[in-house]
Amino acid sequence: MTSCEPTVHEPTLPDEWELVVGLEVHVELATQTKLFCGCANEFSTDPNTNVCPVCLGLPGALPVMNAKAVHYAMKLGRALGCEVHDSVMARKNYFYPDMAKDYQTTQYDKPTSIDGELVLGDGAVVGIERAHIEEDAGKTTHVGGGGRINDAMFSLVDYNRAGVPLVEVVSRPDIRTIEHAKAYVNELRDILLAIEVSDAKMEEGSMRVDANVSVRPVGSDELRTRCELKNINSVRSMGRAIEYEARRHIVLYANGEAPRQETRHWDEEGGRSTPGRSKEDADDYRYFQEPDLVPLAPSAEVVAAIDATMPVLPAARRARLGELSGASPEVLATVVERGQDGLALEAIEAGADADKVLTRLQNDVAVNDWSKLTSSSLAALITMETSGELTATQAKQVLADLIESGGDPAAIAGERGFEVMEGNELEDIVDQLLADNPDEWARFTSGDDGDRKKMQGFFTGQIMKATKGQADGRAIAQLLGRKAN
Amino acid sequence: MSARSIAADVASGARSAASVLDEHLARVAEREDEIHAFNLVTEDKARAQADAVDALVAAGEPLGPLAGVPLALKDNMCTRGIPTTCSSKILEGWRPPYDATVVSRLADAGAVFVGKTNLDEFAMGSSTENSAFGPTRNPLDTGRVPGGSSGGSAAAVAADFAPLAIGSDTGGSIRQPAAFCGIVGMKPTYGAVSRYGLIAFGSSLDQFGPFAANVADAAALFDVIAGHDPLDSTSITDFTPNAVDHLDRGVEGLRVGVVRELSGGAGSVDGLSADVLARTNEAIEALAAAGAKVEEVSVPSATLGLSAYYIVAPAEASSNLARYDGVRYGLRVDAATTGEMNTATRTAGFGAEVKRRIMLGTYALSAGYYDAFYGKALKVRTMMLRDFASVYENYDVLVTPTAPTTAFPFGERSADPMTMYVNDVCTIPSNLTGHPGISVPFGVGDDGLPVGVQVLAPALGDGLTFQVGAVLEAAANGGDAS
Repeated sequence: MTSCEPTVHEPTLPDEWELVVGLEVHVELATQTKLFCGCANEFSTDPNTNVCPVCLGLPGALPVMNAKAVHYAMKLGRALGCEVHDSVMARKNYFYPDMAKDYQTTQYDKPTSIDGELVLGDGAVVGIERAHIEEDAGKTTHVGGGGRINDAMFSLVDYNRAGVPLVEVVSRPDIRTIEHAKAYVNELRDILLAIEVSDAKMEEGSMRVDANVSVRPVGSDELRTRCELKNINSVRSMGRAIEYEARRHIVLYANGEAPRQETRHWDEEGGRSTPGRSKEDADDYRYFQEPDLVPLAPSAEVVAAIDATMPVLPAARRARLGELSGASPEVLATVVERGQDGLALEAIEAGADADKVLTRLQNDVAVNDWSKLTSSSLAALITMETSGELTATQAKQVLADLIESGGDPAAIAGERGFEVMEGNELEDIVDQLLADNPDEWARFTSGDDGDRKKMQGFFTGQIMKATKGQADGRAIAQLLGRKAN
Repeated sequence: MSARSIAADVASGARSAASVLDEHLARVAEREDEIHAFNLVTEDKARAQADAVDALVAAGEPLGPLAGVPLALKDNMCTRGIPTTCSSKILEGWRPPYDATVVSRLADAGAVFVGKTNLDEFAMGSSTENSAFGPTRNPLDTGRVPGGSSGGSAAAVAADFAPLAIGSDTGGSIRQPAAFCGIVGMKPTYGAVSRYGLIAFGSSLDQFGPFAANVADAAALFDVIAGHDPLDSTSITDFTPNAVDHLDRGVEGLRVGVVRELSGGAGSVDGLSADVLARTNEAIEALAAAGAKVEEVSVPSATLGLSAYYIVAPAEASSNLARYDGVRYGLRVDAATTGEMNTATRTAGFGAEVKRRIMLGTYALSAGYYDAFYGKALKVRTMMLRDFASVYENYDVLVTPTAPTTAFPFGERSADPMTMYVNDVCTIPSNLTGHPGISVPFGVGDDGLPVGVQVLAPALGDGLTFQVGAVLEAAANGGDAS
């Protein structure tokens, strides 16, 4: 470690510095075939088996645009609120063994989608500069040496991924906190899943995030030198990488130095970023319009048809639930992210208490398979709970049964022998307990607020134990209060 | 013997495809050492194809329109399992795993592939002197070049190694060698013929096209190779070639413009020789005599074509030729690192002219220079399209010489690239605009070597070029013009 390397242990950045982050997210489109040829869009097969003259860039081969990929890209553009307009493909020229043609066919000055925005769960807005279509490269494995291209003994190239359709979503540098960066990626993933254009799995590489990070003094609106972080493999890893990089910049500025504009490699294991290529000696990509493809010119009707079939997006779904309940943004986000909002809405419509429905879903339906839980059984369960027919503990148990095997909540409660213990039966048990624990009862009746609270917890626990959880918490509290007076 | 007569004889059983092939291979054996039209004579392939045709004839099966007709393929056309070199060391030994669409169509039509013809490396040149495997000689005078870049294909037809050949034309590479070798060569409308399997030089300019000893054969060949191909995104979707139908239509009432900037009129480009201009004028008179309305027209931007072309074509080439990096196929010169291997391979594998154009094109696209060079060239291209479009509002076809001179001696222009580039001044505009053009022999120059006259038409006017070409050919053969 050199002297300017920071250590990451503090949870937040120093107050006087503000984080400035823009994210570039590469999304693999879930098409059947590659972007320019008929090869299967499938990476998990033997190396160099999903290849043909086109994606191997053989002399004379020509690309043909995958119409489905264009449709998906436009759909994503519209989902991000972008203007989707006429666009052209361009060649980005650079030499690298995994680039079969030694140029990447991408979009440059006329991307498919521009000027959108992504609204995060807490209402923060991140501008989308552009979302453009491009082809993926192959995958290189450098063997021997330091595992990098120029000291390897030999390198292996697998072109199965070459030509896989991507959309690169480029945000504006509008992100100010690590939490927002994470929320942005999560939100984008939710949108991709909602519109069904990608499986959006960061760990499998179908969604890849590069982060452009800089810092500036709070109150300033300047954009200082940024570094682009690559090799980020998860949302958590992104958070660490951004934090590390921001601290590195702050330390440099504190030492009277400044970061260089460069691409840096995030080392997840080492918890640090290492310098990659400097932007000053970066390639000149010599972009020009791809002469082998014709411009993409979606008609107004095509764009209108995309809009007409657009599903309700996560932000709108959260807003809808928010209107019906007082649930926190976190609860709304969780329920929508899991796709349980439809279930919740139907249960609420059937008369169940909205807040209770959402709380139960968030806390007690954190499972992968909840297909057996119907909105009517959920509504009935919540109603039983709010009316006092079931205690909270009982309701949770019945809910677990419903998730496991479905059925009617009243019948399940009956089978389990759940009935709310009230009135004399409960009072008898309470009286016995008070008699058995006179010291505790004295602390309840004459102690300070803290004592009273502790002892209420003690007695409630004892009563629950004695009634095997069939007593209602509120009834116990009322009973204890009445007896104390 | 014409390709059509051969096809008719083979179909009728008057001659076998095998015997036709033998006659042509005998001429190859006799003169190929001297001419060097071919990089590879594909005798085994040709015999198999000829035998297959003869078997179909014997069985009474239906035949393709070119059944049994020998044909030469330019060596920048991908042929499955057959070496395809672009006359470059960098591709030496590479065997494509697929056929170009044009090659498939010709095979389906029953053509017999005699060989792969020599060219200027990657089609960059106008004399076939830039081949890594040695130059091709003009069969009419072996001290002279056959033109280029499709010099091998033109020479193969001129020497009657095959009655038909395919070339590619990026700036005149079919029409100029046709003129130099005294045969017919035609560049189709951009998108009329599939580029799938054409090893790219300038992707927005390249087109395959036919060579033949006469206009009617060239038309028949065009009709076989043209038409939509879903593998080429720039292929025109609704185009049905019908060149043969145009052959007998004559030029009565046709409006013919003579482009004065390319024909020695006011404001003309320099370097057009007097004998070439004289033959061009006689051709124009012949068209008038046949009933065409002939007038001089001005297309001012036509003179800018050469400059724009030598930005656009090298720029595209610099990108198209990047893939020859030693990683996947062709030549590899080992070195310590990947980057050094790329450099060593490309240094050893490419010839001087190819390197020159890669450097030109790389420079023209570089940050800070794009607007001044590539951007400006695109503007010239737009301007030329507009100017030609407005001329075609009043004229059906345009006439110019094909090349400024007749075939020149070896070495005369190879020392100075600029004098070589000027060869294409009359042919380049139609590559930049994507319009069709044909070169038809019309008499000879002072040196006794053939002169070619060029007929240009607007996009999709391919049939018209053959229609007017047929009239010029008849006049030239009738002897009243030269």
